[in-house]
Amino acid sequence: MDRFSWSNGLLEINETLVIQQRGVRLYDGDDKAKLDVGVVLLSTHRLIWRDVKNHECCIAMPLSQIIFFEEQAAGIGKSAKIVIHLHPVPANKEPGPYQQSKYSYIKLSFKEHGQIEFYRRLTEEMTQKRWESTPVSQPIPTGTGSQAGKTRAVGIVGIERKIEERRKETDKNISEAFEDLSKLMVKAKEMVELSRSIANKIKDKQGDITEDETIRFKSYLLSMGIANPVTRETHGSGTNYHMQLAKQLGDMLQAPLEERGGMMALTEVYCLVNRARGMELLSPEDLVNACKMFESLKLPLRLRVFDSGVMVVQLQSHSEEEMIASALDNVSDKGSLTAEEFAKLLGLSVLLSKERLLLAEKMGHLCRDDSVEGLRFYPNLF
Amino acid sequence: MSFEWPWQYNFPPFFTLQPNVDTRQKQLAAWCSLALSYCRHHKLYTLDVMEAQESPMFNNKKIERKLSMEAIQVVFEELRKKGNLEWLDKNKSRCLVMWRRPEEWGKLIYQWVSKNGMVNSVFTLYELSNGDDTEGEEFHGLEDWMLLRSLQALQTEGKAEIITMDDGKGVKFF
Repeated sequence: MDRFSWSNGLLEINETLVIQQRGVRLYDGDDKAKLDVGVVLLSTHRLIWRDVKNHECCIAMPLSQIIFFEEQAAGIGKSAKIVIHLHPVPANKEPGPYQQSKYSYIKLSFKEHGQIEFYRRLTEEMTQKRWESTPVSQPIPTGTGSQAGKTRAVGIVGIERKIEERRKETDKNISEAFEDLSKLMVKAKEMVELSRSIANKIKDKQGDITEDETIRFKSYLLSMGIANPVTRETHGSGTNYHMQLAKQLGDMLQAPLEERGGMMALTEVYCLVNRARGMELLSPEDLVNACKMFESLKLPLRLRVFDSGVMVVQLQSHSEEEMIASALDNVSDKGSLTAEEFAKLLGLSVLLSKERLLLAEKMGHLCRDDSVEGLRFYPNLF
Repeated sequence: MSFEWPWQYNFPPFFTLQPNVDTRQKQLAAWCSLALSYCRHHKLYTLDVMEAQESPMFNNKKIERKLSMEAIQVVFEELRKKGNLEWLDKNKSRCLVMWRRPEEWGKLIYQWVSKNGMVNSVFTLYELSNGDDTEGEEFHGLEDWMLLRSLQALQTEGKAEIITMDDGKGVKFF
């Protein structure tokens, strides 16, 4: 048994499989080997045995190791066996399951028959000695060397090694994926550059194309992306980046805010900004941080956090009293309003209209009726 | 004479406990006065919370609004703080409602006694609450425990003394 060495079970380039047989148990001389029942494979170069359950557990021995072999017939309660007598262990042998053995022969015990065919093919191979005429591309021991060394370990060490290998694989995959992403970002910058150069050309040739066309083209560009987005690369990270970003947001949001009555939910702002930026997307965190700088930069905007945690960007000029008064007016007008009805009335999002109603309630201008039909707001008559 | 509901009774938000502190205070005050005047009108002395929730007091069928159990407890707690309500059990499922506090009742009784020149005379408790003489008085039909408490209140003021008699209790006014 000590003639076997660990193997990865793969055939070498010039090696071909001759026959394989299931249900074979190995004997170290006359003793049962400490290995379970497995598959025995005969190739042109080697005798290979693999555990039937754990395919990592695979051992091999070159056919040149064999001196001669004989059949041993089956008996009562005994399977047919082939006894293989072996040369002594070569000096440069790779490690195997047995460090040493007192026997110079092994036995293959065929639990599921097939010994007759196996014996015939083994005889053929031993007479043809194909391993001598077509040597494998690499000497077998080195072929099964380092790589086999990783996979051959069984038990906890084996599992640990496997996990380690898997982790390395994942690491590699991730870094590859991010490499692609950074390439994409480089391309994105080029795209932005392109759109800007087009925009500049339009500016130069203002006379050549009609006003109408210019405007249309510009609107395409705008929907594609801002001409020169502030990115972390161009402005570094941290406060400076956020300050620049806040300034840009200030310019960008002015018009949409005015359109929407002076207030936008932060989620809405996020969508709008990122749609305009195209590829240089902002992270939610950066957006919030930039919005927090509005006031210190004396921009005409500010970030407001409602009691419920909803964050909105509103114009500095946007007055709260006015908002509350208008909410009260609307509610008094209709007698009572739900947030949905109020939203429809003002063309606002339901979330924001609810915040307004709640604010008016907090100020004591409204009161609520919370029934099965939903939450309605009434003028505070109490 | 039917009970006259306050305007709030038909105002749906009245039946939702208001989150705004100022608004809530006004709302609770309105509920307290409603509960007391309702009990007074119907001469109710004890209330079962479960029953109360179903009674018109807390359940306006017309506008399909009902005060929640939680809110009722808040209202009752408010009443208790004002001295108009006492819990009868630890689970707070039954309570005594005193739409007039014992001192107020005592005052009324004493007024009646002195008006009729019966100071220094002795009454049985039954005479006071069910006697022919008191018919038409507000304290006529007052439940015994309430009457006793009112008289006890008078006693601490030194205006009456409760005496134990063979077949019950009596009182002497000073």
